Amino acid sequence: MAEMTYIQAISDSLRIEMRRDPRVFVLGEDVGVYGGAFKVSLGFQEEFGPWRVIDMPLSETAIVGSATGAALMGLRPVAEMQFADFVSCAWDQLVTVAAKQFFRARTPIPIVVRLPSGGGFSGGPFHSQNPESSFAHIPGLKVVCPATPHDAKGLLATAIEDPNPVLFFEHKHLYRRIKGEVPEERYTVPLGKASVHRPGDDAVVVTWGAMVYTAAAAAEELAKDGLETEVLDLRTLVPWDKEAVLESVERCSKVLVLHEDTRTGGFGAEIAATIAEEAFEHLDAPVVRVAAPDTPVPFAPALEKAYIPQVDDVAAALRELAAY
Amino acid sequence: MAVREAEPVASLDEVREVGLDREDLLALYRSMLMTRGIEERGHILYKQGKIPGSFYTGRGNEAAAVAIGTAMGPNDVGAPLHRDMGVHVTRGVEPWRIFAQYMGREDGPTRGRDGNVHMAVAELGLHAMVSHLPAMLPVATGMALAFKVRGDHRVALGWFGEGAAARGDTHESMNLAGVRRLPIVYVCDNNQWSYSTPTYLSYPVEHIADRAAAYGFEGVVVDGTDVLAVYREARRAIEKARAGGGPTLLECLTLRMEGHAVHDDAFYVPKEMFERWAESDPIERFRAWLYTNAGLGEDEEMEITSSVKRLLNEALERAEASPSPDPTSLAHGVFASPEDLDTPHHK
Repeated sequence: MAEMTYIQAISDSLRIEMRRDPRVFVLGEDVGVYGGAFKVSLGFQEEFGPWRVIDMPLSETAIVGSATGAALMGLRPVAEMQFADFVSCAWDQLVTVAAKQFFRARTPIPIVVRLPSGGGFSGGPFHSQNPESSFAHIPGLKVVCPATPHDAKGLLATAIEDPNPVLFFEHKHLYRRIKGEVPEERYTVPLGKASVHRPGDDAVVVTWGAMVYTAAAAAEELAKDGLETEVLDLRTLVPWDKEAVLESVERCSKVLVLHEDTRTGGFGAEIAATIAEEAFEHLDAPVVRVAAPDTPVPFAPALEKAYIPQVDDVAAALRELAAY
Repeated sequence: MAVREAEPVASLDEVREVGLDREDLLALYRSMLMTRGIEERGHILYKQGKIPGSFYTGRGNEAAAVAIGTAMGPNDVGAPLHRDMGVHVTRGVEPWRIFAQYMGREDGPTRGRDGNVHMAVAELGLHAMVSHLPAMLPVATGMALAFKVRGDHRVALGWFGEGAAARGDTHESMNLAGVRRLPIVYVCDNNQWSYSTPTYLSYPVEHIADRAAAYGFEGVVVDGTDVLAVYREARRAIEKARAGGGPTLLECLTLRMEGHAVHDDAFYVPKEMFERWAESDPIERFRAWLYTNAGLGEDEEMEITSSVKRLLNEALERAEASPSPDPTSLAHGVFASPEDLDTPHHK
């Protein structure tokens, strides 16, 4: 085991995959000499050469589209969006081409698109978004949102191995802030398996990404009052671990669904609806959602703090839930 | 680097120079007849109510599509579009499967998951188009990128229309291919009408191929009704790409001889324009050339024509016998399984 930051775990995983499989290559803006905007591929070009760590023109459509074409020819491209926000420029390639090609033509598209996402440092409306719900709505795409260094490493290996287009959301606020014990050797973490980040039986917070830590901090607050809250980290949204959620609901009877993405049509709505459909009789209170308000991500720190769900917001919602 | 306007191919000697023998010429002719025959029969099926949705043809583009399909090497790949049935035919897609595709049957290449020419058989090096044009251009560019990364001596072909040339995908693809000198040939099916929009409202330069200069490669304009000229230019461009010479933009000029789709009577196309281009119908034109230059006679022509008819009639019968997809199978196959990668698709 080694202690690694979240971003080191991602780099480590990518390097291991490139060493073990010559079909794996990286393409994106500034990924070569510069090592990527966040330095995930720093030093990769020296090791793997300029045709496996390809600096692309500023062309998100061409990056994702050519990853798709290269995958059709048998390679395993890992495309980097400089910021998750910029994937909107490649929407057509992901949603129109990559997501539907296997369904239509039986040709798998094994690509990974890495998406540095999330806010918390005044990135403003175009460098802070969490667009995972939009893609989770598209049949044919898989959506992965690791919260820990361990999961980031194992899930990236799984994503690269997967024969489908996988969107790999890396929360930027976790990159260097979160450290953890990570096995040095290669391992995989399965898609569609949630993980209990913090145990508890009085209520469960279902969440993913950076909000796992917000939920855990709120749970600590409630523990002071003797209430033990489970934090269930979904880890992947497509597929998502419905069984684990329903099992936690059955056990805890009170649920809070938390995400950093905006509220309306967010993936939390899908989870809440599923709980209402399949676990209604186990609920002791209505499902509560805590999410960003339906606004673009603001720039000023005071506004951004009001936008991103804070520990206090979650703790207050949990207290209300406990009192119901 | 100015755009080059390709000369027509005049004599049998010139044809030999580009590597076609008499058998090849007859095969081109046969593929063109087959292409038109498939689409004419498709139109009848549509009128009989046997084709759900809409129906598109490539009448007027048979020569360009067949010539390029023929010029491709056995391991070359591409994503042809809705006016390029001739590419599928030339690469060997069985006509009965095309009819099954039209009718949404289980034996169509997309098993009823998609319709029309939104199909391809990956084993033949072709990949299914999407409606969003030219979204397959970045994909074809990526195929060429894979060949470059691996050092394969293979070439990708990316098709687009003069309408889709207005979209950013076209620019991003060609810019990337130019920067990396990728082994790709961009084929512009310029049929002069983007639905009802004429060329002067789609682009402000004389030729789409003029743009190639901006990406650092050669642009060529060829008469898309001249099967031999298109073959010569496509072959040149493909072999140049294979040899490491980078991309070419090959613009095939034709007229879309029917509406955008069956519902469209193309009232907006001037009658004289149709009349003028009807005079250079690609099939009639090549037939006359074969009579004059390759000794095609009535008996031989009859033999070819009737064998095509026979084949298509049998194909129709076989396609009509193909079942509709089982509705309970709908949710299967949204995601691929690891074993789906162990196929020749993945070469």
